[in-house]
Amino acid sequence: MNGGNGIAIDVKGLTKSFGGREVVHDLSMQVKRGSIYGFLGPNGSGKTTTIRILCGLLTPDSGEGTCLGYDIRRDAEKIKRQVGYMTQRFSLYQDLSVRENLEFVARLYGLRDARGAARDMIKRIGLSGREEQLAGELSGGWKQRLALGACTLPSPKLLLLDEPTAGVDPKARRDFWNEIHALAADGLTVLVSTHYMDEAERCHEIAYIAYGHLLVHGTVDEVIAKSALTTYTVTGEDLNELTAALTGKPGIDMVAPFGTSLHVSGRDVAALEASIAPWREKSGLHWHKSSPSLEDVFIELMSRSKDNFQ
Amino acid sequence: MSAVDRHEPQHAIRERFGFWRRSYAMLIKEFIQLKRDRVSFAMIVMLPVMQLLLFGYAINTTPHNLPSAVLLQEDSDLARSILKALENTAYFRFLYEVHDVEDFDNLLKSGKVLFGVEIPRGFERAVRRGDKPALLVAADATDPVAASAAIGSLGMVVQTALKHDLYIGDPPEMPFEIRAHARYNPAAASSLNIVPGLVGTILTMTMLIFTALSVTREVERGTMEALLSMPIRPVEVMFGKIIPYVLVGFVQAFLIIGIGVGLFGVPVLGNLFLLALLSTLFITTNLAIGYTISTLVQNQLQAMQMSMMFFLPSILLSGFMFPFAGMPAWAQYVGECLPLTHYLRIVRAIMLKGASMQNLRFDALALAMLMLLAMTIAVTRFRRTLD
Repeated sequence: MNGGNGIAIDVKGLTKSFGGREVVHDLSMQVKRGSIYGFLGPNGSGKTTTIRILCGLLTPDSGEGTCLGYDIRRDAEKIKRQVGYMTQRFSLYQDLSVRENLEFVARLYGLRDARGAARDMIKRIGLSGREEQLAGELSGGWKQRLALGACTLPSPKLLLLDEPTAGVDPKARRDFWNEIHALAADGLTVLVSTHYMDEAERCHEIAYIAYGHLLVHGTVDEVIAKSALTTYTVTGEDLNELTAALTGKPGIDMVAPFGTSLHVSGRDVAALEASIAPWREKSGLHWHKSSPSLEDVFIELMSRSKDNFQ
Repeated sequence: MSAVDRHEPQHAIRERFGFWRRSYAMLIKEFIQLKRDRVSFAMIVMLPVMQLLLFGYAINTTPHNLPSAVLLQEDSDLARSILKALENTAYFRFLYEVHDVEDFDNLLKSGKVLFGVEIPRGFERAVRRGDKPALLVAADATDPVAASAAIGSLGMVVQTALKHDLYIGDPPEMPFEIRAHARYNPAAASSLNIVPGLVGTILTMTMLIFTALSVTREVERGTMEALLSMPIRPVEVMFGKIIPYVLVGFVQAFLIIGIGVGLFGVPVLGNLFLLALLSTLFITTNLAIGYTISTLVQNQLQAMQMSMMFFLPSILLSGFMFPFAGMPAWAQYVGECLPLTHYLRIVRAIMLKGASMQNLRFDALALAMLMLLAMTIAVTRFRRTLD
């Protein structure tokens, strides 16, 4: 079904425009079966559009590919049966109870015992005792569990999660990610979009997308290595003054404060070091060379892509 | 969140009867939502009852206790007995008896009375001679419906009064030209005509709005995105959304006809089963049209406006408000495209005339075709994607 190559998603050259504005541009990606693939990028970068194309909710203007071995243009109905899609906005019925929502999904997918399946899922996602509560009355964290429960109920082979942890507290987020890893260990492929760097680091592979362009992909280490970014971390006094002095100097692509320290990054090591040389010996400032964080890489990518595409 | 138990057997998926299964899933969901929406639920009962009572009692086009005056220019026995007869009908209530033309005119002009009867000098003698004297009837025609109905009934009443007073021989010679003729409805009771018409009008209004909002509501609440990502087909969504309301419409029709029979004494001369069958067809047609509207519009406000766009001509051009035969040809053509026109013929014919399927086959066929047309448009218009 997947051609035996262990690839769950394989698309090439996806393009999609809305009202003359290109939202996704020539996007190609491959996601391995059983892996957790993180989708990162600023708001409005085309993450949601890409996910919707993958599950058949949108038709691409051009490009082709397969999802679980099915053609994304022709076999949308077959893809829908095996894909669980968790929308960014809570999209279950607010005026139905937890149990009724799950039973609805179970019936729609034709599960033999809809009531039993719903009951089991309620237990699994830890919503026992809240079966009869209306979905609209649940808190954000509970809603998110219910939504995940609903899209895993028909035992899909691929999960598409669109910013599933937005507005959820850290504890619930950690639990959620444990669940995602457990599902992936079961053989489920998970594509998840997120803004959180700690979540990106929990993915097997990540892709960074900005203004519809997929800029970089690979494992976290690969992405950092590909950035070819050199970062110096500075601690000390008068960091604001330093920020103002360094911004825009040759070789310095980015100056970003991180708490009490400052990250100074650039791709051209020689130019970077030349520019910071006058400040290296200044008293009260401590410099040390470090590897850039994922966030440094993404912020640098974002500022660079803005120059290129806007 | 507890980790998923990886070894739990997965629930088997049935592949057979997918169409019915998915429609059923949708149907159950719609029923629960309807049950939760208490206001809508109350409206199902309140709307027909309120409309029926309003139309049945308050908006009665048959005159009742019309404030009236009489200009008596002759104090004869015949004049007295005509007045007595008029008062006994309860149509008129004589508030004033005047002997001067000017007083009579002022009463009418000021609106103190809506109706005036003038009995001229020498009236009794003229009747005896067979001269067909004029009985002047002055009506405030600012409300033409009330006025014409009152004039119509006046003619009959006066004839009856004269008959009783034996001034006319047998066979009676009609002393007045005023003619009133109301077939199937001898008392000209408007409720007899209005109750069957109301069944159709109320059903059009409620059915249309219930389904016109259904798809747009899903889009506006964001649930459409999840629904479209699941393996359900447009036809299944449509059936799931229409069928619960067929039952609702049935309850409403039953309620209106029940009240009509119980409270207003409207007869059901025809076959009840035929009435139920054709009513179901009409209900489904309206639901299909409402559903079509919901696939054409962007939001719930537009859906309401478009429903009104459909509802107004339905009321005006179907023969509910104005006689169908009296409309110009173009209006009749428009009327023939409206389900209410056909249903009004059906429901009035079955209830008041005892018509059979044979009599009504054209209208039933028209309803069925309108229903299929609406469903076809709805299914093709339903967006399977978010494009």
